[in-house]
Amino acid sequence: MSDLGVPELLAETEEQQAATGGRRMVLNMGPQHPSTHGVLRLLLELDGENIASCVPDIGFLHTGIEKEFEVKNYQQAVTLTDRVDYLAPLSNNLGYCLAVEKLLQLEIPPQAQWMRVLLAELTRLNSHLVWLGTHALDIGAMSVFLYCFREREEILKIFEMFSGQRMMTSYFRIGGLALEPPRGWQDRVKRFLAIFPSRIDEYENLLTNNRIWLGRTKGVGFISLEDMLDLGITGPMLRGAGLKIDTRKDAPYSSYEKFDFEVPTQTANDVFARYQVRIEEMRQSTRIITQALEGMPAGPWKADAPHVVLPDREKMKTQMEALIYHFKIVTEGFRVPQGEVFQVIESPRGELGYYIVSEGTTKPYRVHMRTPSFGNLQAVPRMVEGTLIADVIAAIGSMDFVLGDTDR
Amino acid sequence: MLPDNLKEYPVAAAVEAFDADAVTGGKFEFSELTLEILASKISSVCGFLKYDQKFIRLSTVTAVDRFPAEPRFELVYHLHSIDRNERLRLKARISGADPVIESVTGVWRSANWYEREVFDLFGVRFTNHPDLRRILMPDDWEGHPLRKDYPITGTRV
Repeated sequence: MSDLGVPELLAETEEQQAATGGRRMVLNMGPQHPSTHGVLRLLLELDGENIASCVPDIGFLHTGIEKEFEVKNYQQAVTLTDRVDYLAPLSNNLGYCLAVEKLLQLEIPPQAQWMRVLLAELTRLNSHLVWLGTHALDIGAMSVFLYCFREREEILKIFEMFSGQRMMTSYFRIGGLALEPPRGWQDRVKRFLAIFPSRIDEYENLLTNNRIWLGRTKGVGFISLEDMLDLGITGPMLRGAGLKIDTRKDAPYSSYEKFDFEVPTQTANDVFARYQVRIEEMRQSTRIITQALEGMPAGPWKADAPHVVLPDREKMKTQMEALIYHFKIVTEGFRVPQGEVFQVIESPRGELGYYIVSEGTTKPYRVHMRTPSFGNLQAVPRMVEGTLIADVIAAIGSMDFVLGDTDR
Repeated sequence: MLPDNLKEYPVAAAVEAFDADAVTGGKFEFSELTLEILASKISSVCGFLKYDQKFIRLSTVTAVDRFPAEPRFELVYHLHSIDRNERLRLKARISGADPVIESVTGVWRSANWYEREVFDLFGVRFTNHPDLRRILMPDDWEGHPLRKDYPITGTRV
């Protein structure tokens, strides 16, 4: 048993074998299982079709990003944050930039803040669309996947228009945005907003009253609210259990307090409730994007802090001082005052926190990411033990984790 | 000793009232409250904060390596109270020669994986932990990657 990598706690003792008549078997689900969306390995001990115990095994995608932070200067490290949660890169950019800006005590101009909100909400839509498509695909609804990726493509095109990249955008930088918003971005976003609400109805038409969907999701994946809080679950999972918790409301950042939106909740606390919560979140995100588009303030899109923010190309070529700042920032980076901060934001998956320790140099002394997927995955055994093996896929799908986010 | 300027914060005052010896320092910076706790008292202080002060969520546990300074490791706990809408950071320092601290898994079950991560990447051992194994690195890995004396590139030495 141990040469299969099966931990001792799963290995059946002789007494247990005698008690169960040797009926129990260990099934190795993953790390290449298509429905685990990455490289999650679940060791399941089965009694017939029932799961007697479950041990998650993670770390297959560990890339040492936290170590990498310590040798990059602050601005370079923005590109690392994209790669943590590759389905919500801008949320991670935002969390990291806000944390460093807190240490620097930088004032971010309104246009940059609103643009960040707009793009962070588009990221939420992007992430929820991938979740809905793949989650439905796992349960057997093929066409939803194609519908979702059709709209996701539009969102990726908007990201490409802003940053030149579809996924690893790195569009938020410390002090504001990486580039000036492109000409004509409003029309592009408007066109998307014109079609998207009816497309959400389309997904709902396919699923919400679908008997197979209801059969596979209602009453599946239950875990009590107390267990959730104790095991570190955050985000839409908690809202599906009736707890109205959302960092955008509880501790607003990047001027979220100026937007009018609801925090959807459901009380059933099963896979279907989480599906309803995320669908409603997509509608609320659409509302936020509409408000950001209509009320977008004019003005600068990066902070007035020459020692942190790169100067305009034009100024750099004509003014000596700007050239010096440019040279200093590019070669050495900027110094961040000594201190430590923990900045929490609401990522599509839940509570995303960046803990940064600065020693007053140009590189972070230590960066720790409190990622929602890591916290959520810990509760998998509590959620699936005692249920049927066929429900494991629906249950873990409803958590919406990303393995890059888990293993970092 | 709790610094005088922190006495106005109810949580800080409550922790001091609960166990005055446990608090060794603290600060309030960037609107974030930090309390430094004696390493041997971490579990009892966490229990008090959870059951008496409503910090029902443990957001994360991590560590900072201050190599070559002593005490070498800083254990950092981020707590969250939903009722009070407050966050709190606890810090405990332990020596590099024998990095051991009591586990808080008895208070919050979510500490399980976070402490395994700290064990894996920093080599800090937790007593009374139910399942202290490596979590991110392979089981047969040598060394602890997030220690400051661990190289970032090249072959392991």
